[in-house]
Amino acid sequence: MNANELPILSIMILVPVVASILCLFVRAELARVLALTATLFNLILGIWLWISYDPSGLQWQFRESASLFGPIGWKLGIDGISLMLIMLSVFLMPICIGASWRTITTRVGEYMAAFLLMEALMIGVFAAQDLMLFYIFFEAGLIPMYLIIGIWGGADRIYASYKFFLYTLLGSVLMLIAMLWMIQFAGTADIPVLLNTDFPAAAQNWLWLAFFASFAVKMPMWPVHTWLPDAHVQAPTAGSVILAGVLLKMGGYGFLRFSLPMFPEASLHFIWIIFGLSMVAVVYTSLVALVKKLIAYSSVAHMAIVTVGLFAFNQQGIEGSIIVMLSHGLVSGALFLCVGVIYDRLHTREISRYGGLSVNMPKYALLFMLFTMASVGLPGTSGFVGEFLSLAGLYQVSTWATLIATTGIILGAGYMLYLYRRVAFGEQTNADAAAMEDLNGREMWLLVPIAAVVLWMGIYPESFLQPIRRDVATIVARIDRAKPAGDAAIIAKDKTTAKYRVVAHEKTAAEGSQH
Amino acid sequence: MDLGLSLYYTRPELILSFTGLCLLLIAAWRSDSGRLLSILSVAALVAAGAHLIEFMGRPAGDAFSGLYRMDAFGSFTKLLVYIAAAISLMIAPRYLEKAGAMRAEYPILILFACVGMGIMVSATDLITLYIGLELNSLAAYVLASFARNDGRSAEAGLKYFVLGALASGILLYGMSLLYGFTGSTNFDAIGAALTGKIGLGTLFGIIFVLSGLAFKISAAPFHMWTPDVYEGAPTPVTAFFASAPKVAATALLIRIVIEAFGNQVGAWQQIIIVVALMSIIIGAVGAIGQQNLKRLLAYSSINNVGFILIGLAAGTQQGVAAMLVYLSIYVAMTLGGFICLMQLHNRDGVLFEGLNDIAGLSKTRPGLAAAMAVFMFSLAGIPPLFGFWGKLAVFNAAVAAHLLPLAIIGIAASVIGAFYYLKIVKLMYFDEANDIIVSDGDSTLPIIGGALALAVSPLGYLAIPLLASVTTQAAKALF
Repeated sequence: MNANELPILSIMILVPVVASILCLFVRAELARVLALTATLFNLILGIWLWISYDPSGLQWQFRESASLFGPIGWKLGIDGISLMLIMLSVFLMPICIGASWRTITTRVGEYMAAFLLMEALMIGVFAAQDLMLFYIFFEAGLIPMYLIIGIWGGADRIYASYKFFLYTLLGSVLMLIAMLWMIQFAGTADIPVLLNTDFPAAAQNWLWLAFFASFAVKMPMWPVHTWLPDAHVQAPTAGSVILAGVLLKMGGYGFLRFSLPMFPEASLHFIWIIFGLSMVAVVYTSLVALVKKLIAYSSVAHMAIVTVGLFAFNQQGIEGSIIVMLSHGLVSGALFLCVGVIYDRLHTREISRYGGLSVNMPKYALLFMLFTMASVGLPGTSGFVGEFLSLAGLYQVSTWATLIATTGIILGAGYMLYLYRRVAFGEQTNADAAAMEDLNGREMWLLVPIAAVVLWMGIYPESFLQPIRRDVATIVARIDRAKPAGDAAIIAKDKTTAKYRVVAHEKTAAEGSQH
Repeated sequence: MDLGLSLYYTRPELILSFTGLCLLLIAAWRSDSGRLLSILSVAALVAAGAHLIEFMGRPAGDAFSGLYRMDAFGSFTKLLVYIAAAISLMIAPRYLEKAGAMRAEYPILILFACVGMGIMVSATDLITLYIGLELNSLAAYVLASFARNDGRSAEAGLKYFVLGALASGILLYGMSLLYGFTGSTNFDAIGAALTGKIGLGTLFGIIFVLSGLAFKISAAPFHMWTPDVYEGAPTPVTAFFASAPKVAATALLIRIVIEAFGNQVGAWQQIIIVVALMSIIIGAVGAIGQQNLKRLLAYSSINNVGFILIGLAAGTQQGVAAMLVYLSIYVAMTLGGFICLMQLHNRDGVLFEGLNDIAGLSKTRPGLAAAMAVFMFSLAGIPPLFGFWGKLAVFNAAVAAHLLPLAIIGIAASVIGAFYYLKIVKLMYFDEANDIIVSDGDSTLPIIGGALALAVSPLGYLAIPLLASVTTQAAKALF
């Protein structure tokens, strides 16, 4: 049976919403089971969606349209990029519920309700085909996340929750005005139509900046990243997983879906902002991460790789960025879970309180190492594929930016390995840390699936590249007219390079598969 | 223009006036009949409202030689006023009894205020406008000091009266200037006379009229009375002030600006823009330091008036329709907020209105806290709550009228406002419980509050098509 026959995207949004409402009215144990069932059911639906998705079919599949809300059209539909991000969301959700199984003991029903609501909103963001609908899903996520950080967060949770909410809100409201202008200019809020609307170059600039304000905060890019470390540290473990795993991807998705194809000229015009900020972010956050809030800052650095890859304007760069987004979603989520595992036992996140865990927690040390390596970008893990492709794409545009970004990755390897050494190896100086139990069954169930996908993506990335290839090519073709010149092309008349030159075979995959 | 037709057009006002007079007789005989009179008043409002429905889709009809006009715009706003007034009547008796202030005059005063508001929104002449405004205001002054044993309430009434009289004076002065320079008190005639370049005297007339009306809708910089009056008046009265008269005064402002000053957009557009932005910013910044929930909601209403005025600054039919959408949603949000506030009492029935009294409300009364959170997020305009749609509509109108800077500053300032709404949610959800707020088993307030919460929840979006068609129809009547 094909998922096309059902309004499957609406069902995937409604299942968590209904479960979320039910969770408010039931006992704690039942709420846990209900939430897990709903998220697992959505995962199954997601897998079915992936199987039914036809990579060579129409660009937009599973389209639905209903005019329930007047000017706000309930229009859903996905392409390969949305599909991959929806898969990421539905894959991480059951893991988040599992991670909160024992650690959350107060107001369990409300907690599960907030998470289920987040799931519905995330799927909505990636599936929305109406600009207003997208905005509503994009913004609505603030409310449950505000409550998750504020109610179940750490000691300094109130400051973190305010900062998270107001930062993101300020970024987004400017985007709203830009969206209203675009809808009036184009006469429609339909995203596929807007994707092929040519906005005047003068207007593109301010529209791009308005969208940038929103997505840069969400991403987050330096210097508006400061809400992220606070939010990450204060949020409960599952909150951090969902924040790093999926919410940050909304920024990258926004750049890819709106900024690039809708405003190609403006994207070129402001490419220096993107490259400049990302370069600073890669190096600065890598240095900061040596000292504090390590995983949170490493997220900022990884997201900078995503932005430079996206704005490379070519197939490798954009494909690489999407893989970095997926990989980072899995790996940073897993790292937060790893932190959560030892936090649950010792109730501290101070690195110096641990040490030598590979002795008493061998399984933990093994999985933690795998995720550390994936975060560093070791070949064979998902991190490598994405970072390599992004940088290969970036190299065609700016060799200098590539140099700095690569330096950042080396620094990243430095701080991640340093973290791992301090936690897993060395003397067992702390008696309580040395007495900790290894992973239990529940924790294995959380970490092993992620590890499997990380390896799958690292060893056979084609499964993940195939659905997005055609859609990336469509975007690349769309923005081709504004492509930056690049400094890596071999100069044709330069004699010194004559013997290395090969006759270029121009027909790229992008043009080949275009319809 | 025969009398019969005039009476036909003014039937809602007639129904309310006669009911009010009859109820006054009952009140004279039985002074403890407040509850009965409230029910009868709601019935009268329903009867009057039923007469409005037929005018929603009909061309306008003038009564009393152009003093009064029954059209889709007037009918829609009147309906909104009646709904707000009916809710204010339903929530009041138990609360006022508890405060020892329930008397039979309460529903009657509300009815007369509604007559005044009905005249306001339908007035097409400066004289009718003034009569309606004063009829409403006189009832409002008495209502503000209704809890006459309470010093704060008496103070509120006096403040409201003195400042209201001042504003009426300013308004009258502006009206006399307009009459002097245009030779008429009729909106259409004034509109016809105000073409081309206008003199300084006329301009002052416009400015004074706008200032007087800005006072009535509590827009900055004429907002100073609002926090004091809202705090002092008994809470059901405050809920009434924040909803019905605001709708009526805004509608009046829309009508006079579009019908009488419609040819002089340049003369008033800047004023409205400045007033709108000042209201948004003062309403948002002023609320941050407040420790009393009623004062806080007063600032919130100033803030919301600013957003409503953005639609007027656009000066287009779309803008007016957006204002009506916003007003409809605003009435639900603000009444809901006050209804939540009215349920804050402890076991002995002592009422609370301090900001810190709601700490941890989500543990002691989860339903009430959830409703309050819905209203707060909705007032802040956060999607997917329905308040977002109101903001979207007015900003859309501003963008369509090429007022991009106004839209950008206005929406950026709305983030300041979000801060204190978040603060209320933070107090209710993140802080430890005080364990003082309990339910008293009364179901009126929770039912009405719950219904309003559902209306501004995402379910409200289902009403968009209906709301859009009705408000467009209403706005079309002015253009």
